[in-house]
Amino acid sequence: MNVMMLLEMAATAMGDRVAVGSLDGGLTGDGLIGDAAALAGRLRASEAEHLVLCDEPGAVLPVSLFGAAWAGVPYVPINYRLADDDLRRLANRAAPALAVVDPSGAERLAGVDGLEIVERDALRDDPAGGAQPADLGDWPMDPDAAAVLLYTSGTSGPPKTALLRHRHLVSYVFGTVEFASAGPEEAHIMAVPPYHIASVAAQLSQVYSGRRIVPLPKFDPDSWIDLVLAQGVTHAMLVPTMLARIVDALDRRRQSLETVRFVSYGGGKSHRAVVERALELFPAAGFSHAYGLTETSSTVCVMGPDDHRRWAASDDPDERARLSSAGRPLPGVEISVRCGDGTEAEAGTAGEIWVRGEQVAGEYAESGSTLDDDGWFRTRDSGHTDDAGYLWVHGRNDDIIIRGGENMSPGEIEDALLTHPAVVDAAAFGVPSREWGEEVAVCVITRSPAPTVDELRELVRTRLRSSRVPARVEFVDELPYNDTGKLLRRELKQRFASDSPGG
Amino acid sequence: MDAQAREDDMVELRPGARFQSTVCATEVIVVKGTGPAELTCGGAPMAAAGSTERSGEPSAGASEGTLLGKRYGDQDETIEVLCTKAGPGSLALGDLPLAVKVTKPLPASD
Repeated sequence: MNVMMLLEMAATAMGDRVAVGSLDGGLTGDGLIGDAAALAGRLRASEAEHLVLCDEPGAVLPVSLFGAAWAGVPYVPINYRLADDDLRRLANRAAPALAVVDPSGAERLAGVDGLEIVERDALRDDPAGGAQPADLGDWPMDPDAAAVLLYTSGTSGPPKTALLRHRHLVSYVFGTVEFASAGPEEAHIMAVPPYHIASVAAQLSQVYSGRRIVPLPKFDPDSWIDLVLAQGVTHAMLVPTMLARIVDALDRRRQSLETVRFVSYGGGKSHRAVVERALELFPAAGFSHAYGLTETSSTVCVMGPDDHRRWAASDDPDERARLSSAGRPLPGVEISVRCGDGTEAEAGTAGEIWVRGEQVAGEYAESGSTLDDDGWFRTRDSGHTDDAGYLWVHGRNDDIIIRGGENMSPGEIEDALLTHPAVVDAAAFGVPSREWGEEVAVCVITRSPAPTVDELRELVRTRLRSSRVPARVEFVDELPYNDTGKLLRRELKQRFASDSPGG
Repeated sequence: MDAQAREDDMVELRPGARFQSTVCATEVIVVKGTGPAELTCGGAPMAAAGSTERSGEPSAGASEGTLLGKRYGDQDETIEVLCTKAGPGSLALGDLPLAVKVTKPLPASD
C-alpha cells in the first residue's frame, strides 16, 4: 500500500482535471503525477532519506508529498514560523534529506549538515533536477513503510515526532472519501499550515475525490475571502481561530459567501456563537465539525451537515448543546471514554478518550508504538459522550483542574461561560490553592455591556455546580493560542500561578 | 471443483491486502473482511497483487468488468473490496458475484 495508489487512481480517471492551482495554468492530475515521478527520480538519485518541506501552502505540497511516497522516503513538513535555530535543528534531525523550501528558507537552512536544498520555483521548473524520472507504478508497496513524519505541537509535554505509515493514511482516505465523487466545478481552499495533519489529510482527500486544491499561502481573513470569491471555492477546512476571524471579517465587510457548499472545522476548541453566525454567513454551506489528532491520521469523529442543521434548529437545550460536540465516530473507528481505573465511563461522565481503528497510528519516531495490546490509542484528551454516542472533547488531560480531589474539565466551564451573550471567549485553568490544591480561575474576553463577576459565577453555578464556580475571574483583551488555534491554558496557568493569593 | 482445489484457490483476506486478477487488469484492495476466501475475477481465482503474470481472458459468465474506485461487496456484507485498477473481468466470492455497493454518503471530514 502506498498513498501513490490514490494519485494513480485519480490520474487514471481524472488526469485532465486541474488538481492544484487555478483553472488556467494549474497543475492537472497528469501533471502532478509527472512532477511526482520526476521528484521521485531526483530523490532516488540522491542520498536523501527524508523529504523536508519548509514552505507555505502551494502546488509544491502535493508534488513533495507524492514524490516522497513514490521514492519511498517520508515526507516531513516543518514549521517555517519557527526561530532559525529550531528550524535548523529540526531539519538536521531529518538529514540526510532533500529540503524543499521557499526563498527565505534557502537562506535560513543554508549550511545544515546533510541537507540538500532546492527552492520551490526551481523545483517547479525542473522537478527531476537532471535525474531520470521514476517509472509509473514502481513505488514501494510495503504498507508499513513510513509515509509522513510530523513534529507535534507539544501543547502538553515536549514535542514529539508522530509517525504515520502508508496504511494509516490510505485507510483514512478509503474510510472517509468516495473516489472521484467531486464535480468538476468543485474547489477546496487549502489554508491550514503544511506541518498540520489536516494539510496532509486534505491533500490526499481532495486528490482522491477529484476536487481542485486552491492553496492560500498566507492566511488572513480578507485574503481568504477574496480567494474564495475569485476562484469560486466550494469547500473549505479551517481551524476554529481561522473560522472566527473569517466570520468577523464577513460581518465587517457585510458579505456572505454563496459559493461555499461545505465547511469543515476542527483542530481546537470552537465556539458555538461563531458556528451559529457562520451558518448564517455561509447560507449554502453544510458544516462539519471534526475531532482528530496527528496520531490518528486526523479526523476520527465528525458532526456532519445534517446534524448541524438539526441541532441548530432544535428548541431542546440538550439537543442544541450538541452543536458544541464533535459528533460521532467515523465508520471503522471506535471511541472509548475511560475513567481513571480503566473502566468505561458512563454517558455523561467525563473520562479520557481512547481511539481504535485502521487509521490510528499512535506511534512516535522516538518511542515507537503506544497502542495497547488491543490496538487502542490513548489520546490524553478528556471528554464525555451522551446517550446517543455524541462526543464532547473537554481539552488536554494536563489541563484538567483538580480541586479537592475532584477532576474538572476546563472546556465544560468555558462552555458554560460562553452561553452568556457578552462573553466572546473564555479560558478556564487551575491555580494553586492552600485549601483545595487547585482552584478554578477563568480569563474572559467580553463585549459591552460586560457582565459582572458575580453574574458569571452564578452562571457557572446554575449550569454546572458550585465546585466549578471560579474563585478568580479576570477580564482580558486576548487569550494565548498557538498558530494552529490551540488554546494554551498552560500559559495562563503559569502566568497566574505566581500571583495567586492561595499559592 | 473438489474441496482440495477450492482450498488451494483461497486467498487470505485482511484489510489492506491487495489482490490481482489472473486473467485481466483488475486489482482490488480489501477494505473489510478477514480470513480465507474464494475471491475470483473473470472466473479465475485472484492472486496476491504483483505475484503472477496474467494469462487467458475472463470467462463468458464473468466478464461484466470492474469499475475504478468502486466498492464491491457480498450480500451478507462479510467482505468489501475496492477496485484500484479496472479490467474486463468481474468479481465473485465463490459462486456469488460481488456487486457494486451503493454506499451511503461518507461523513466528509475534509
